Amino acid sequence: MATTPPVSPPSGPQLPKTHYLNATYGIRSWLLTTDHKRIGLLYLATVTFFFFVGGIFATMIRIHLLTPEGYLVTPETYNKLFTMHGVAMIFFFLIPSIPAVLGNFLIPLMIGAKDVAFPKLNLLSYYIYVTGGCFVLYSFSTGGLDTGWTFYTPLSSVYSNSAVTPAVIGIFINGFSSIITGMNFVVTIHTMRAPGLTWFRLPLFVWAQYATSIIFILGTPVIAITLLLAGLERMFHLGFFNPAFGGDPILFQHLFWFYSHPAVYIMILPAMGVVSEIIPTFARKPIFGYAFIAGSSIAIAVIGFVVWAHHMFLTGQSTYSALAFSLLSYLVAIPSAVKVFNWTSTLYKGSISYETPMLYALGFIGLFLIGGLTGLFLACLGTDIHIHDTYFVVAHFHYIMVGGAVMGYVGGLHFWWPKITGKLYPEYLARAAAVILFIGFNLTFFPQFVLGYLGMPRRYHNYPPEFQVLNVMSTAGASILALGYLLPMIYLTWSMRYGRVAGANPWPATGLEWKTASPPPTENFDVTPEVDWEPYDYKNRPDLGLVPPALAPAHGDD
Amino acid sequence: MYPDQASNFAPQVDALMTFLILVTVFFTVAITAAVVWFMVKYRRQHADEIGVPIHGDLRLEAAWIVVPSIIALAMFAWGAVVYVDYRHTPADTLDIYVVGKQWMWKIQQPNGKREINELHVPIGRDVKLILASEDVIHDFFVPAFRVKMDVVPGRYNTMWFRPTKAGHYKFFCAQYCGTSHANMIGYVTVMEPPEYAAWLSGSQEDSNPIASGEKLFSEKACVTCHVSNGTGRAPSLNGVFGGTVKLADGSTVTADEAYIRESILAPNAKIVAGYQPLMPSFQGQLSEDQILSLTAYIKSLQSQPVPTTGAGVIPTGKK
Repeated sequence: MATTPPVSPPSGPQLPKTHYLNATYGIRSWLLTTDHKRIGLLYLATVTFFFFVGGIFATMIRIHLLTPEGYLVTPETYNKLFTMHGVAMIFFFLIPSIPAVLGNFLIPLMIGAKDVAFPKLNLLSYYIYVTGGCFVLYSFSTGGLDTGWTFYTPLSSVYSNSAVTPAVIGIFINGFSSIITGMNFVVTIHTMRAPGLTWFRLPLFVWAQYATSIIFILGTPVIAITLLLAGLERMFHLGFFNPAFGGDPILFQHLFWFYSHPAVYIMILPAMGVVSEIIPTFARKPIFGYAFIAGSSIAIAVIGFVVWAHHMFLTGQSTYSALAFSLLSYLVAIPSAVKVFNWTSTLYKGSISYETPMLYALGFIGLFLIGGLTGLFLACLGTDIHIHDTYFVVAHFHYIMVGGAVMGYVGGLHFWWPKITGKLYPEYLARAAAVILFIGFNLTFFPQFVLGYLGMPRRYHNYPPEFQVLNVMSTAGASILALGYLLPMIYLTWSMRYGRVAGANPWPATGLEWKTASPPPTENFDVTPEVDWEPYDYKNRPDLGLVPPALAPAHGDD
Repeated sequence: MYPDQASNFAPQVDALMTFLILVTVFFTVAITAAVVWFMVKYRRQHADEIGVPIHGDLRLEAAWIVVPSIIALAMFAWGAVVYVDYRHTPADTLDIYVVGKQWMWKIQQPNGKREINELHVPIGRDVKLILASEDVIHDFFVPAFRVKMDVVPGRYNTMWFRPTKAGHYKFFCAQYCGTSHANMIGYVTVMEPPEYAAWLSGSQEDSNPIASGEKLFSEKACVTCHVSNGTGRAPSLNGVFGGTVKLADGSTVTADEAYIRESILAPNAKIVAGYQPLMPSFQGQLSEDQILSLTAYIKSLQSQPVPTTGAGVIPTGKK
């Protein structure tokens, strides 16, 4: 950051003289910081790096699939590309993205605390993540791995000739980062809320992070142990999963999905939290059904733990088991539906404006709607027989993880960017990027639903020629999507130096984080704030400088 | 937009699919329309305006918990009916054994007749496939039948269907199984019962040995490894016949009819230098006529260009 604030109009908001970004200088003050805001930025840089790595793999995959015989790389390389794309994106981008970047930055600010409960553990958590990332990058650069991100045994534990072991060790290590972060958040939210900030006055983002943290703590140990067992089988031929050694390959899938299905909720719950912040802000009214949105986050986290075997309807598991898991999977859809209905109702009689974060939130609703509803096709036992392991599944989970989680993450970055950097990005360029992302995303992934129903299996480096048209459409969409991601990277970086000064509360929004300066001081608040307002309340907040509805001109009859 | 319907399950799965599409399109359109309507109607009129503080409505919350739950139960129930039917194999089936291995399907008909990457079944019979794997997990997937099932090492899984329409349909490996997963493809041929019986008892005649050899070369999946440009996991056969082949033990051999026959029936007897002993034996799976046809076809490749790498023959420099 510049040592002196850039010139701004004399009447406009000014940057505070000292804030967390310029309080101390030098590389050590960043790499050894225990300030949750700086740690959030360290995570921001690292997850962006992994997003870029995973994005390059995705680009190569889409180019390769332009022609039925495969355009770009050998089969071995293609298999490594989709595996490394999945590993980089899921374990090192999506899972840490919102919790570790926005969660770290925002949770203490939102609850009026000076930092998280255990600042040093917070820094340790970051370095554990970096260490795990280094192992995985080592695996990528010494030949890569070709097991699929699901590491199904005995392919991963016996038959694959690629660099599986370092990748498995990297993911094992990375798990501890999730566990520590989750524990830190739970303790922080329980013990460090400002006076007056009761549980039902908490921002819904905090509720979502709380639910996510529960999954981190309960789920992550299972994946760590599972991958450790697969690694031991690979290195020492201990028979856990390979029938030739006396193991059971299906056992691996049970253990793997016991974590990896809840992990989907690790990715989507925080994004739902972001959307629950953005919508009331730009509709300027309380969120509809606060308690139901908060409660549905907890319900998703809890029910999400008992649906895992819906990934395994066609492994030969018993019919009764399949029936139970199908029913439970339908159950977990209900709280998600409740959220969508409440967000929509929040718009009713609002005062709605369409700044960039709102475009992302609305885009999230549309894409999550499609992603969630297509989940019903996969939870349905009859249709899953046909579409399981086809591109239908690929399309479905990209709608949830990219259309949902990434839209939420990028929308959240835009929403809190003025708080993080004190600067505004170019608004119209940002709105254009949001629209480009939405269009590019749909063009990329919608054709894949059709491909799946027509019978194209996943993870094929070549395919029958009748599938080419839809694949070309998908690749065309991906190039638009790539532009949609590059634009924010460029203008957000640009705005850090050249953007207009934002002021403490540019939208304005109601949360505690907007009561302090932008960027906030290192200790967050000069005095401990006290909360005497209900969440997302615009009516009784004269400090926001807005007119109550009784005094505003009535809506027309349009 | 639906693919061919060629089994008893295809119309069932498609009807269920249609129901799901109708319900989900209805909700997608309804919610999107509500969002767009609110966006337009309640757009901000002037800069300082705030919205009407509405905190919620318990009746609405109850409605949108109960109604989706009922719809979800209906989806679950219908799906369960189809799935239970699929998992419950009827009595008196035609049993066919399917073995998956990296990266081919070996299939055996009830009378012992073997096929590779091909499956012949009669119309109207309940067919049960008994699935086994020699190595990793595979998945036998026939889109036109709307059925699939994992092929898991260490256990037998079964699947069943009743073909309803004659024709030639692709099947795929749907569970990622390593390098050539995408080449574990084959065809199901659905035949009228008399044709199937004739096929089962005899071998089809073909007058031109080179043409029938070429057909066999792809039917038996030779082509997936013996790629002509030398990029496959087995050497290119272009120019091999009559040439000199270098073997893994350092010796050389002249590629004549006897060598080719031996390489088909006992592939591990002479391994070409630089390649792994991966090829399965075709002993008992080819009639003498078929071996002759294959030999004729491989002889015809003598005139084809020899790739610079991956050739099965020591280049003579003349070609």
